[in-house]
Amino acid sequence: MEIIKPGTKIDFIGKRQIGFTLSAVLILLSLAALVYHGGLRFGIDFAGGTIVQIQAMGDAPMSEIRTGLDAVGMGDASVQRFGARGEHEYLIRTDQTLITDEGFSEAVRGAVSDATGLDVKVQRVEMVGPQVGADLREKALLALFYALLFITIYISGRFELKWVLSAVMAGALIGAVYLFALFNVSIPLLILVALVVALLMFWQLRLKFAMGAIVALLHDVFITIGVFALFGVEFSLPIVAALLTIIGYSLNDTIIVFDRIRENIQRHARKPLETVINQSVNETLSRTIMTSVTTLVVLVCLFVLGGAIIHDFAFAMIIGVLVGTYSSIFVSSPILLLLQEAPGKGAAEAMGQA
Amino acid sequence: MKNVSWRIMIVFGVLVVAAVLVIPTFKPSFWPHKQVNLGLDLKGGMHLVLEVETEKAVEGTVERIRNEMRSLLRKERIRHHGITDAGQTALSVTILDPDEIEGIRDILDQEYADVEIQSSSPVEDGLRVKMGLTDEWVREIKKQATEQALETIRNRIDQFGVSEPDIRIQGQRRILVQLPGIDDPQRAKELIGKTAQLEFKLLDEENDLGAALNGDVPSGSEILYQAAEATQTRADGKQQPYLVKERALLSGAHLTDARVQIDPQFNEPYVAIEFDRKGARIFERVTGENVKKRMAIVLDDKVYSAPVIQERIPGGTARITGNFNSQEAHDLAIVLRAGALPAPVEIIEERTVGPSLGHDSIQKGLMSMLIGGLLVLLFMAVYYKAAGLVADFVLVLNILLIAAGLAALGATLTLPGIAGIILTIGMAVDANVIIYERIREEMRLGKTPAASIAAGFDRAGLTVLDANVTTLIAALVLFQFGTGPVKGFAVTLSLGVVASLFTALVISRLIFDYLFITRHVRTLSI
Repeated sequence: MEIIKPGTKIDFIGKRQIGFTLSAVLILLSLAALVYHGGLRFGIDFAGGTIVQIQAMGDAPMSEIRTGLDAVGMGDASVQRFGARGEHEYLIRTDQTLITDEGFSEAVRGAVSDATGLDVKVQRVEMVGPQVGADLREKALLALFYALLFITIYISGRFELKWVLSAVMAGALIGAVYLFALFNVSIPLLILVALVVALLMFWQLRLKFAMGAIVALLHDVFITIGVFALFGVEFSLPIVAALLTIIGYSLNDTIIVFDRIRENIQRHARKPLETVINQSVNETLSRTIMTSVTTLVVLVCLFVLGGAIIHDFAFAMIIGVLVGTYSSIFVSSPILLLLQEAPGKGAAEAMGQA
Repeated sequence: MKNVSWRIMIVFGVLVVAAVLVIPTFKPSFWPHKQVNLGLDLKGGMHLVLEVETEKAVEGTVERIRNEMRSLLRKERIRHHGITDAGQTALSVTILDPDEIEGIRDILDQEYADVEIQSSSPVEDGLRVKMGLTDEWVREIKKQATEQALETIRNRIDQFGVSEPDIRIQGQRRILVQLPGIDDPQRAKELIGKTAQLEFKLLDEENDLGAALNGDVPSGSEILYQAAEATQTRADGKQQPYLVKERALLSGAHLTDARVQIDPQFNEPYVAIEFDRKGARIFERVTGENVKKRMAIVLDDKVYSAPVIQERIPGGTARITGNFNSQEAHDLAIVLRAGALPAPVEIIEERTVGPSLGHDSIQKGLMSMLIGGLLVLLFMAVYYKAAGLVADFVLVLNILLIAAGLAALGATLTLPGIAGIILTIGMAVDANVIIYERIREEMRLGKTPAASIAAGFDRAGLTVLDANVTTLIAALVLFQFGTGPVKGFAVTLSLGVVASLFTALVISRLIFDYLFITRHVRTLSI
């Protein structure tokens, strides 16, 4: 069986403007969603706060739960249904912290039970203090940053055989980050600066593959985050895990295509770069789609059957895989062309190596 | 390349080791080995991060030095205008005669090697001397407070009886406590978080409680409240106030034992405590000196009872009553026996999962793994026919290897960890897909099946390696940064990547080589 017939020749590169336009639109939409919702909705992992997951032995109207919470001075808490309807599970969240030692979950249980007249069981309690939340936020950002950094080194080293150069660059970036950190620059700003510097360096040093891969990566991560903002998905620790996995996955796709481009450049040194890239994307198309399909199959299973706790994680991964697959075809490879010095030259010359 | 039999032996060896590692998880009696641990999110249990308020331990030390200093200055006949706090780690004293700074220096040399004179400045009525704890000592006090708090908490949990607790210091002043399978989290938290500072203080009966409540608290006294009644879950109004002397006559430091007893008269439990020799002497003396006065038994600034002292009490025993139920009395006895925390602790992170939810999560996780896995197996078999079956076979081995890896590392399986395995199932076939697509391409060029297989594996092998390294990098970074459940995800993802490299590049190649080199199969169904 074959999804993509051999010898398929879709002109992805010729129509790259469509891809770029679509990406630009998606990025703008993400930005708009982020601005409209006032940034990301942080879960308690990052914002601090308390959630209590309760299960009632019957359907409890939300209004009654709220009344019960009001009675114990928890009127500001938010209540939402959690998981399948038949399970009668509710998630109660408040920004307050450091209240769990005073029997908070017991108070919530009692209050809801009194108000609804149902037996109520506390399933889960999570409390993250403000300091811990801030620590986790910082750690998560640094993790994303380091993942990007190490992957960049790997790609520029592996694809352009410039290990020393990429190591020096990485050293410079890490040094710069530490230096700025000394001056108490906020970490998001720090990472932004580091990324911009990295991209400028790629451009200057003509590290095309690294450039293409990182742009595709940022593209994927940003759009995924935009979708979170759009759907109001809470940003929590598992979501960071999902983002890091998406980074790995998106690159995985990109690398397969790049590998083929590199191989074809050596084989068809006379053909124009455009043709070589397009041929490579087409040759790997069947694999790109196959892998996305099998990954999506398991992710959809996880999304549908895995239960409410893992729901957001599965959702994030599904979006990431979709965007990652799209970008490895429409974004990362065409980017290579942007860095081409002289259009129309042979592929090998244009890429500066044979 | 050709030595298939060698590779068979290696692969066989790896699989046997994997089986040996995995079997105890399903049948613990088979042979003893580490099982795959379940995380708290699957097993149910409580995860707490406590922060030790170490500066309170420093404050306590400064306070002690201030009291001792006062009597030392008196002994050395150094006249002064009183000792006051100067910041958190320093004291300042204004002496009348500037020359007597030498006397202070001598006291410090003899008694406190780690307190130094930081500055001295003449003021109108003498010389103000500021002495402070050295930075090293402050650090040492903080470090010891955290370590001691860890020991005390470990003691309490051991006496409470939790199987396989995990208690460790995290960073400078945080303590991580993980209690699997706990069924009364609230009780455990109270047990862990209680400072358990027991003090005996006289009631201030000379001054008026009412005036003190209106803000006119006499110096040397303080207002403390009655501990909440056991039967009340939430204290609505305030409890009964007491006006007590600030100075404690005796503290829990002199305690040697604490046991639950039942009062035969009221049939109520109380906690009987026993003092060491010195404690017993002090208790006998203070009760003798204060007959007919009331003495408050204070635990963590809450008054448990304030009985009138009827007579001098020898023998070094006392009882703490306070309307306990027997569980509370039992827990109180535990914390008193295990000793007070050197500084108060605060719970700054809590994650508690009930056992039923954990069980539910496992069920759902395994179900999605099963369904997702079957769909992928089916898909591969349909798409790549016989070769797809080979991919399916190695995929099953892949899961075996991940489980073996978890067991070998003694790693913890969490809910995100299960998600990691599920994700790996989807991504593991990727390596096979890359190779098979390449083999198909080679065959289209007209090569024989055997040649196509060789070319496919050789050419695609490097690509597979490249592609997986990035996921591995992401997983390792995640492992570094992750906490608890997320770390579990990083572990299964990393194991999955490594296992899929091994199964796709080594095992499935071996199967093809065996069929096409050793068995001389001529046609390839792919």
